[in-house]
Amino acid sequence: MPPHDPTKPGDWKDLPKDQVARFDAALAPVLQRYPPDKKEAAMIPALRIGQEIFGHAGTAVQQLCAERLGTSPARAEEVATFYVMFHTHPTGKHLLEICTNVSCCLAGADRMFEQLKRRLGVENGGTTKDGRITLREVECLGSCGTAPAVLVDEKVMEERVSPQKLETILGGLQ
Amino acid sequence: MSDVKVLTARWGKKDSHTLASYKADGGYGALEKALSMPQPGIVEEVKISNLRGRGGAGFATGLKWTFLPKDIRPRYLCVNADESEPGTFKDRYIIENDPHMLLEGIAITCYALDIHLAYIYIRGEFPKQAAALEQALAEAREAGIIGKKLMGKDFDLEVHVHRGAGAYICGEESALMESLEGKKGYPRLKPPFPAVVGLWGKPTIINNVETLANVPWIVKHGGAAFAALGTGKSGGTRLFGVSGNVKRPGIYEKPVHYNLKKLIMEDCGGTASGRPVKAVIPGGSSSPVLRGDEIDVSLEFDAIKAAGTMSGSGGVIVMDDSVCMVRVLSRVTKFYAEESCGQCTPCREGTPWMESLCEKIEHGHGVPGDADKLLDMANHIGGFTICALGDAASMPVQSFVKKFKDDFERHIAEHRCPFGEGAWGVSQDSREAVIGGMRA
Ligand SMILES: Cc1cc2nc3c(=O)[nH]c(=O)nc-3n(C[C@H](O)[C@H](O)[C@H](O)COP(=O)(O)O)c2cc1C
Ligand code: FES
Repeated sequence: MPPHDPTKPGDWKDLPKDQVARFDAALAPVLQRYPPDKKEAAMIPALRIGQEIFGHAGTAVQQLCAERLGTSPARAEEVATFYVMFHTHPTGKHLLEICTNVSCCLAGADRMFEQLKRRLGVENGGTTKDGRITLREVECLGSCGTAPAVLVDEKVMEERVSPQKLETILGGLQ
Repeated sequence: MSDVKVLTARWGKKDSHTLASYKADGGYGALEKALSMPQPGIVEEVKISNLRGRGGAGFATGLKWTFLPKDIRPRYLCVNADESEPGTFKDRYIIENDPHMLLEGIAITCYALDIHLAYIYIRGEFPKQAAALEQALAEAREAGIIGKKLMGKDFDLEVHVHRGAGAYICGEESALMESLEGKKGYPRLKPPFPAVVGLWGKPTIINNVETLANVPWIVKHGGAAFAALGTGKSGGTRLFGVSGNVKRPGIYEKPVHYNLKKLIMEDCGGTASGRPVKAVIPGGSSSPVLRGDEIDVSLEFDAIKAAGTMSGSGGVIVMDDSVCMVRVLSRVTKFYAEESCGQCTPCREGTPWMESLCEKIEHGHGVPGDADKLLDMANHIGGFTICALGDAASMPVQSFVKKFKDDFERHIAEHRCPFGEGAWGVSQDSREAVIGGMRA
């Protein structure tokens, strides 16, 4: 099936069945954490699981989450568009996020961000032509004592990042 | 001044994060003791301890706990691990180094307050720390510490980790509850306060990670001993996170009333560049800035308030005299413009205005009167919004403009940034970081 166009209103029923099954399997244990009549509390975890499995949290994924949590698609959309870690459109294969808040800039993050933009040929939020890396400027990552901080794929926090270390990180993003 | 370590004593030990290591050092002994105490007696010890919230507002913890209505159940506990205030990086190290200390604090608190369900709300950008919490929880459940019975006692307790997804506002307590309920993080009008109407409309206590991590020590040694570590109405020690232009940035556990200048000049070794301190943000980016000649103050909540600022989240950001204050304020205003949730007009509209005017001055396009205009904008945001983000956005503007008027005037008079390309000051790439007494 061709990838779903996230800019068009989607229908979760068009999502690949095997992926939906994986979504349901991952969601089930998470639902145990909330009172049985408060399932919609799992909206953030559900969207996160959906984003991991389907690649982004577009409208079809939002619909799926709403359906499974017994709430409206509007509620899912409101959450998916409020939090910066949800992507309603596909991103590059890797997400490189550099903190440019005060402590990081005092340690050289502003220059590194400029260097990154030139090196990758993108602006803030842009994706490289080969679709490999999306670059984003983000707010304080709670690593100010070990600044500058870079978050890779929303999973690995790289700290005390120097221009050289940045090259190594980039090299690892294949 | 004592150098008792309440929070960092076990940091750096091999496998300090494991249950085995925690128990070997007497861990969960305080919970055992608490379970033999009358519940109000535990609350009383916390009141006596003068423990005050470490999340930013410094509210008396024991007093907050007494606001729970007597006869409404269920009650909930929310643990605030959102740690998003720029300059703040302490809770994550508690979680990384000693997660069981936090869990023990949570268990004691829940027992004392008759709470059977607790959520740890942790920011989405801390996946490693969330996993560390999950692992510690699994260990505690496996060992029969948390679960259907609390260490064998007939008291069931469930604790769950709930990860956020990137929103500073969700550190604000009422936005945190909205977010936990599966919505966007729009703060609620107060009153009613969370202790009365909180998560799912039920009485809820919200405390910061560091606040609760102190509870086992208080139960073990008594509230009076904790109070004695501090001064006046503030007990205990705090984790101060120092970043920016210092030789040794990092986490320092010090008595609550430690001197700010001593922390920067002695513990952190002064500026990395050897140049004079120009400015210090003493308690996260929301706290009013101090000039280099104003830092000889106690960090204690009330003392530093008298000096016109706050020790907030304990995040100290140091800048030497090579740094442009307009550049810094531009970045700070950008943060609040990005993070305003959009609910209240003064904040939603005002924060981007402040950002663009700041940028305009920074780039040399300011005109006489712009600095006052900035102040005027800030004065129309703080105090006019549902939550304190409006105040948080205004206080830096008001203090930067007032204390560094020269920097602003020079930009306007010279039609450029006098610091040019180097507005962020001399680079600090080669510093060492110290976390709770260890080299990081
Ligand atoms: C905009 C805003 C952001 C906040 N962010 C945090 C945060 O990241 N972590 C935190 O513990 N408290 C934060 N707070 C403070 C909380 O609202 C609340 O006062 C605190 O969690 C209470 O716990 P405590 O009494 O133990 O400090 C924030 C407040 C505001 C207004
Ligand atoms: S300022 Fe970059 S991690 Fe805090």
